[in-house]
Amino acid sequence: MTEIHPHDPAAALDSAPGDERLDGTGVAQGVGGYLLGLVLAGGMTAASFYFAAGHLLWGPGMPAALIALAIAQMGVHLVFFLHITTGPESTNNVLALAFGVLIVFLLVTGTVIIMSTLNHNMPPMDQIMSMQR
Amino acid sequence: MTVADPPAPFDPYHVGRGAAPHPARGHGGGGEADKRVVVAYGFWIFLLSDIVMFSAFFAAYAVLAGNTAGGPSGRDVFDLNNVALETACLLVSSFTCGMAAIATGARNKAAFHLMMAITCVLGATFVTLEFKEFVGLIQAGNGPSRSAFLSAFFALVGCHGGHVTVGLLWLLTMMAQVFAKGFRPEILRRILCFSLFWHALDIIWVALFTVVYLLGTRP
Repeated sequence: MTEIHPHDPAAALDSAPGDERLDGTGVAQGVGGYLLGLVLAGGMTAASFYFAAGHLLWGPGMPAALIALAIAQMGVHLVFFLHITTGPESTNNVLALAFGVLIVFLLVTGTVIIMSTLNHNMPPMDQIMSMQR
Repeated sequence: MTVADPPAPFDPYHVGRGAAPHPARGHGGGGEADKRVVVAYGFWIFLLSDIVMFSAFFAAYAVLAGNTAGGPSGRDVFDLNNVALETACLLVSSFTCGMAAIATGARNKAAFHLMMAITCVLGATFVTLEFKEFVGLIQAGNGPSRSAFLSAFFALVGCHGGHVTVGLLWLLTMMAQVFAKGFRPEILRRILCFSLFWHALDIIWVALFTVVYLLGTRP
């Protein structure tokens, strides 16, 4: 998509999320990028389903492996499909993404920690019922 | 004899802004950002807030997944073959959506319509498979009111399915607009936002099939 900024070199240094790589030229290169992303993401998905069926991996280690594969696959999607890069033209997009990831992390881990602590510290339900009598 | 300038510090991202103002637009030095960049950035912020909303549903599911109230657990009701098919549909549709974006860049209407049509068929297949799964669960008496686990499951997966359905409507709208109006600048911005939306839904599905289906059915 080089014709987005045909005459403005300053504009070409800034990129929107989802923009094709600005230094990339031609359709073939763009298709190649998406194909590589599809192959990588598909391979990770297949590996996830294969491991989850109980093959090849030590049982207790499987959740960690599945979560690692999912996070890696999200990274592949971000790079190859959403074109979020580490380049200076993408700084704003990366900063927004980092803030979003921080909030998601706080929300999910905070909820899980607080609720499991509450569950752990709460007496069984029949005991609460008898205390309220 | 002249004194050489001190070497510039290594600052590839212009965090310290460098000696000269950053020449790019939208970074403080080069003037206003392109409208296309501003629109996509705003939509990117919306997508991140949507992901934060989904994370609340994920947190609720993680907390409630064990509370089956004597009803079925994920291991009893999930069909991984169905989920694998759904995942394949959504992943390939993300790829064809990218192809539609490339066709847009090349201003090729025929290729754009072909790729968007394939994306639409794959997305509709995904929604249909999910709908059939929901109907099967409800008919077996395992609807959202059966247990906290099933409430959280229907809320999380249904919210994603609703997003995909809305995305399908948006997709058809974009096809109609390109058909009627062609690749005008505002249509190009809408196509960019649509492809961001579609790829983001696929990212959420990756988290969803891992957390809900694969971790929920592990032996």
